[in-house]
Amino acid sequence: MAKMNYKKRWADLEKRIVVSPEGEEFEVDPMQDYFCDAKPRVHPPNKIAPLEKFANWCRAESIYILGFGTGCGAIEMRPLSSAMYDAYRFGVNWRATPRQATVFVIGGYASVKTMKRIVRSYEQMQGPKFVLGLCSCTINGGMYWDSYNTVNRLDHYIPVDVYITGCMPRPEALLDAIDQLKKRIKSGRAEGQNKYAENFEWYKANQKKIIKNWDMPDYSW
Amino acid sequence: MDGFSYNKILFAALTIFFTINYGLILQGIIGKIYARVGRRIGIRLFQPYFNIIRQWATRSAISHGVMYYLGPVFRFTGGAGILIFTPLILDAPLFNSFTYAGDVVLVSYFIFLGTLGMALGGGEAGHPYSAIAVTRGLAQTAAFEISLMLAIYSIAVQYNTISITEIIRAQQGGVLNWTLFTNPIATAAAMLAFLGSMMRSPFDVVLAPQEIPVGPPTEYQSQFLAMLMTNRTIFPVAKTVLYVNLFFGGVALYDSYLLTFVVFFLKTFFVYLWSVFVGVSFPRFRVDQSIRFFIKWPLLIGVIAVVAANIRY
Amino acid sequence: MEQIIENIKKQFTLSDVTTAHGTYITCEKKDTVSLLTYLKDVEGFKHLVLITAVDWIEDNKFQLTYLLNSPKLKTELGVRTFIERSVWPEESEMQSAHHLWPAAKTYQRELHEMFGIDFPGSPEINDPLILEWWDDIPPYRRDFDTKKYSEETYYPREGRSTNDPSDYMKDQLYPREGEKNA
Repeated sequence: MAKMNYKKRWADLEKRIVVSPEGEEFEVDPMQDYFCDAKPRVHPPNKIAPLEKFANWCRAESIYILGFGTGCGAIEMRPLSSAMYDAYRFGVNWRATPRQATVFVIGGYASVKTMKRIVRSYEQMQGPKFVLGLCSCTINGGMYWDSYNTVNRLDHYIPVDVYITGCMPRPEALLDAIDQLKKRIKSGRAEGQNKYAENFEWYKANQKKIIKNWDMPDYSW
Repeated sequence: MDGFSYNKILFAALTIFFTINYGLILQGIIGKIYARVGRRIGIRLFQPYFNIIRQWATRSAISHGVMYYLGPVFRFTGGAGILIFTPLILDAPLFNSFTYAGDVVLVSYFIFLGTLGMALGGGEAGHPYSAIAVTRGLAQTAAFEISLMLAIYSIAVQYNTISITEIIRAQQGGVLNWTLFTNPIATAAAMLAFLGSMMRSPFDVVLAPQEIPVGPPTEYQSQFLAMLMTNRTIFPVAKTVLYVNLFFGGVALYDSYLLTFVVFFLKTFFVYLWSVFVGVSFPRFRVDQSIRFFIKWPLLIGVIAVVAANIRY
Repeated sequence: MEQIIENIKKQFTLSDVTTAHGTYITCEKKDTVSLLTYLKDVEGFKHLVLITAVDWIEDNKFQLTYLLNSPKLKTELGVRTFIERSVWPEESEMQSAHHLWPAAKTYQRELHEMFGIDFPGSPEINDPLILEWWDDIPPYRRDFDTKKYSEETYYPREGRSTNDPSDYMKDQLYPREGEKNA
C-alpha cells in the first residue's frame, strides 16, 4: 500500500531552475507563480461628471457578456440569443474572450475547480466590469450548501453587482437582472472593479483558502 | 494631383470622420437586416455607437509590447489608406484628398496591409488562437486577392490607366459606360472577391466574433480593440467605395449636393448589400473550403477577364 | 444469461449472483481483471459502462462495480468485487483495467481521487481530475464529514432554514389536519 505523496504526485511543481531557449537561466517557483498576487490598480471614475455619466450610459447600453458557462445556470443564458428572447435588442452581446467582455454571468454553483477559472477570467477582464450572480447557488450555495466542493457565497471571492434568485431562474429573470444592472451602472454605483482592487488582500485570502494551488492541467494552456 | 496644401490633411480627417459615422449607421442597418432575416427584432439602430464609445471609454488596458500597439495602428492605416487615396466623390475637393496617378496599386496594397499588421500584433500577444487565426486570415486574403488583382489588371488594360480618377472619368456619361457593362467578366471576378473581403457569412470563419477562436484579436482589449472596431466600421465602407469607383461608375459631382449624396449612399449601400444578401443566405465555409472556392471559380473568371481584355483592347 | 453465468462458473469462483435488478456477479479480487478480460473477449461484453465504488465502512471494505454492456446481446452485466478498505492516509489498491478499455483510465482517476483507491500502472492516475490539490480525506469516504467541512471552509450565509420534508409536505397539502393536531 502506497502512502499518498503529494510531493510525488505533482513533482513538476517544485521550485527549480529553468533554461530558456535563449540560454538565460531563471528560477521558477510554480507554487508561487500561479498565484495572481499582483495588486490591481484602482481606476477612479472620470472627474468630469457629465463625461462619466455619458460613458456609464454607453456602458449600460452595450453589454458584452463573457461566454463562460460556469454551472448549470448557464443553460438559461443561451436562449437569450435565440429569436424568442433576443437579448441583442437590449444591447447584449457575447464575447468569447474575457479580455473583451464587460459582464461576467456566474451561471449557478461554482465548484472550487471552476472558482479558479472564474478568478482567472475575472482578473483578465478589462475596464469597469460587472458580475451577475445567476441562481441561488451563488447567493448561499443553494442545494449544494453542504457540499465539499461548492462555494457558498460568491461575494467572498469576487464582487457581485446583481443577484438572481431561483433554481433555475427563467431567462426572463436574467433579462430583468440585466435591466437592474443597467440601472446600477447608469447611477454610477457599479464600481466592482475598484471594490476588488481596494479589498484585494481580503479577496485573495478567501480565494487562497479554498484554491490551494493555481496550477492548471496541461489541456488548459 | 495638383500641389500639396494643408487643407488636404483637414479634408482627409473630415473624410474619415464622415466615413466612421456612415459606417456605424450602416452597421446598425445591416445588423437590423440580419436580425429580421432570423425573425428577431435585432439591435437598435445606434447600438454600434454605444459599443464603440463604451470600448473607447474602458478604464484599464494591458499591453504586450511594441508590435502589439502597432497591430491595430496598421489595421487602421489599411482602412484609412484606402479612404484617403480613393476619391469618394469625383472632383469634389473635400472627398478627393490624396488621389494620384498610380493609386490603384497603392490601394490594393492597403487592402492587405491590415491583415499583415494583425499578424505582427497578434503574434506578439502570444495566444495560439490568434496565431492560427492570422494564418487562416492571411491564407484566405491571399486567395481572394488573386482574383481581385486579375480583375483590376483587366480594367487597367481596358482603360489604359492605373489612376482611379481616370477610371471613373472613363465611365461617365451613362449607365452603359460602367465597367459592369463594358467588362462584365472582370466585374464578376471582383464581386466574388468582394464577398471574401467583407468578412461576411460564407467567408467569416476567420473572424467569427462569438466562436472559441475569436480570430486575430483574441488578446486585444480596451482601446486596442476600440481601434480595431473603428477600423471595422470604415474598412467595409472604404472597400465598397473602391468597388463603386472601379466597377459601378463612381459618384460624380452633380449640380445639387443632395443628389450627389443620395447617389453616393444608394450606390455604396446596394454594393454593400450584395455581401449581406449572400451572408444571410449561406452558412459558413471552413477556411480550406473557402480557399478552394476562391482559387477555383473567381480565379478562372479573372483569367478569362484578363485574356479577353488583352485581346479586345 | 444463465448460460453465460454457467460458462463463467466453470472457470471462476463466484461468491454471489443476484438477478433482482439486473444481473450482478461477485468475484474475488485477484480474479477480477481476468474475468473482465474473459467477458470482453469471449462473451462479447465489449463496452465498459462505468466503474464505481461503494464504501462499506462497517465491514471495512470497498465494493468495486464494473458495469459492462454487450451490444450483441443487448444486455448489461455487473461485476462486483470487494477490496480491503484502508485507513487514510493509506490507500487501497486494485489492479488496473485500462488495457481493456482506455476509458477505464478516467474512472480509475476519479476513484483514486474520491475514494483513495490506487490503481498502479494506470496512466495519469496521480493527476488531479475534479478536485485540484485536495489535501483532506477523499470526500466520498464515509468518514469524511461534508457538512462540517463546508461550514468551516465556505462561509455559510446566515438565515438558512430547513424543514423536515414529510412534515412540511403534510402541512402544505393538508393544512387543516395540522391545525387539528395542534
